[in-house]
Amino acid sequence: MSSPAWVVERKGEIKEILSRYPYEKSAVMPLLHLAQDERGWIADEDIEAIARILETTPASVESVCSFYSLFHRTPKGRYVITVCGNIQCGLSGADPLTRHFEERLGIKVGQTTDDGLISLLVTGECVAACDGAPAVQVNLEYCGHVTLERADQIIAAIRAGDDAKAISDRFGISPKKAG
Amino acid sequence: MTYEPVLTKGIGELDLADIEVYESQGGYQALRKAMTQMSSSEVHEEVKKSGLRGRGGAGFPAGVKWGFLPDDGRPRYMCCNADESEPGTFNNKMLIEYNPHLLIEGILLASYAARCAQSFFYIRGEFKRGYEILVKALAQARAKGYVGENILGSDYRQEITVHRGAGAYICGEETGLLSSLEGGRGEPRLKPPFPAVSGLYGMPTIVNNVETLCNVPFIVDRGADWFLSIGTEKSPGPKIFSVSGCVQRPGNYELPLGVTLRELIEEHAGGLRPGSTLKAVQPGGASSPVLLPDKLDIQLDFDSVPAAGSILGTAGVMVFDQNACMVRTALYYADFFSHESCGQCTPCREGTAWTSRILRRLENGQGAPHDLAVLRALKGTMSGTTICLLSDFSITFLQSVLTHFEDEFAAHAAGEACGLQTREVRSA
Ligand SMILES: Cc1cc2nc3c(=O)[nH]c(=O)nc-3n(C[C@H](O)[C@H](O)[C@H](O)COP(=O)(O)O)c2cc1C
Ligand code: SF4
Ligand code: FES
Repeated sequence: MSSPAWVVERKGEIKEILSRYPYEKSAVMPLLHLAQDERGWIADEDIEAIARILETTPASVESVCSFYSLFHRTPKGRYVITVCGNIQCGLSGADPLTRHFEERLGIKVGQTTDDGLISLLVTGECVAACDGAPAVQVNLEYCGHVTLERADQIIAAIRAGDDAKAISDRFGISPKKAG
Repeated sequence: MTYEPVLTKGIGELDLADIEVYESQGGYQALRKAMTQMSSSEVHEEVKKSGLRGRGGAGFPAGVKWGFLPDDGRPRYMCCNADESEPGTFNNKMLIEYNPHLLIEGILLASYAARCAQSFFYIRGEFKRGYEILVKALAQARAKGYVGENILGSDYRQEITVHRGAGAYICGEETGLLSSLEGGRGEPRLKPPFPAVSGLYGMPTIVNNVETLCNVPFIVDRGADWFLSIGTEKSPGPKIFSVSGCVQRPGNYELPLGVTLRELIEEHAGGLRPGSTLKAVQPGGASSPVLLPDKLDIQLDFDSVPAAGSILGTAGVMVFDQNACMVRTALYYADFFSHESCGQCTPCREGTAWTSRILRRLENGQGAPHDLAVLRALKGTMSGTTICLLSDFSITFLQSVLTHFEDEFAAHAAGEACGLQTREVRSA
């Protein structure tokens, strides 16, 4: 059976991950993160490879994987835009914002643009950025106060090849001075 | 007297994530003090004396909890709950991203006091940046001799592992967190046994919130009496309130516990936005019952908020104006809880799904008069009948708005359009 390349290429890192825990079984989530980090989603061969590393069955790895919504089992675009769909963002216009993304990208929520660049998702979980509602994550990097205009700028930055971190540095939420 | 923030001091001005900067502000002095002058039981006693209550929602005294660990030779574990996912709450995220060394110093001291063999951060999967910042800060702390063997020349050793979640609200519930950390599905477990007796890998375990641990270095450094001089008698210390909704300056505000809701909203958060009139406030995240405007003068602490009919919870203060439809708001929460229910318990799995179906019907003008009676009856079937509190939490807001905004629900049930529009995206 062929193994995904990361099993060999990131061998040292895998060993380090296993050493972090008193029991290696705890390493299943970090290994799933590592696999997803490689290809943007988790393929069957990743599940099988993790099962071999942890000396367990693919079914048990799959059962863990399927519990968590950030692990993707189908291909995603190079950039994943996730709109927060919880209450504060909802009250600040997350619905029209989502429709706007759909129109501009020519896809529906859950889909990926034909060029494989951008996927659009909506999460029901509050992403803990209500002070920047409506909030969006680009590859889990935060953007806040996302007006339709800023949404267009974010898409333009993605198309220009900007890194998700750089996009967040530009469109993120600065902490309020406390007190 | 104006209060001088401690937990958030320097945030937005200094790069506290850089260990040199953190040290220049007195960082790691508390750890140094403990390693050179205090035994682990002295640190534990000081925290007990301070009356520090858990900031994760329940307000249980941290020092008392640490005392529940049985002394039977088994390894003990310390888990920091950094899964912050309660809608309306975003103070842990700020501490992790902007003051990670304070958190590391806090967990080191807590593990010292509770004599834990290893510490874990369970950080929410969505906090990718926070995870990277914490991992980097930990490497800096290790290089300086604050983490690892013989910390600051003492015989205290501590390893800290950062474990990243992957999108599941239920992993914030302490036993769900432990199941997840063990490498399983994040399914909560029946209590008892409590984690203190049988937690991570079946060993004695403490679970504490990020903000709880961030208070510990100050208690060790300045003493319990200093801590007790802030806040109220039964809710001492500072608290970071996350304010969102129709206020002029949404954000995190560090204030003494016991500050009034009015002061928080009107002075610190800048009051309501122009055109907004206050309709309701949730003082403690999505799981807290609403308070009406006549409760603005209550104090925000662990006892006064329950006396007024709600809970302090996570101190995620959400401010709703006249444009927020309470049926629609309840529907948002219902969808959320239904998605996040782990599905182990029938009342929770089925109840959250039905709550959401009925509310959607009402919101779409297709409700029936008996729907309201069915929603009210959930209290009997979904509270106190399940493994964890998610089921109870999922209907607390709903029950409170069914009482306080009965007319709004009745109008929806009668098929009347509610006329409240979701605000279009406002400019930044
Ligand atoms: C459904 C549910 C979700 C929870 N989510 C969190 C959370 O995200 N963060 C947190 O610190 N506590 C959360 N809690 C509370 C924890 O179970 C636990 O009481 C807390 O972490 C203890 O820390 P503390 O004593 O320092 O407050 C949650 C509880 C429930 C029932
Ligand atoms: S109450 Fe709900 S979330 Fe909690 S264990 Fe039961 S099914 Fe899971
Ligand atoms: S509701 Fe969107 S960040 Fe909290």
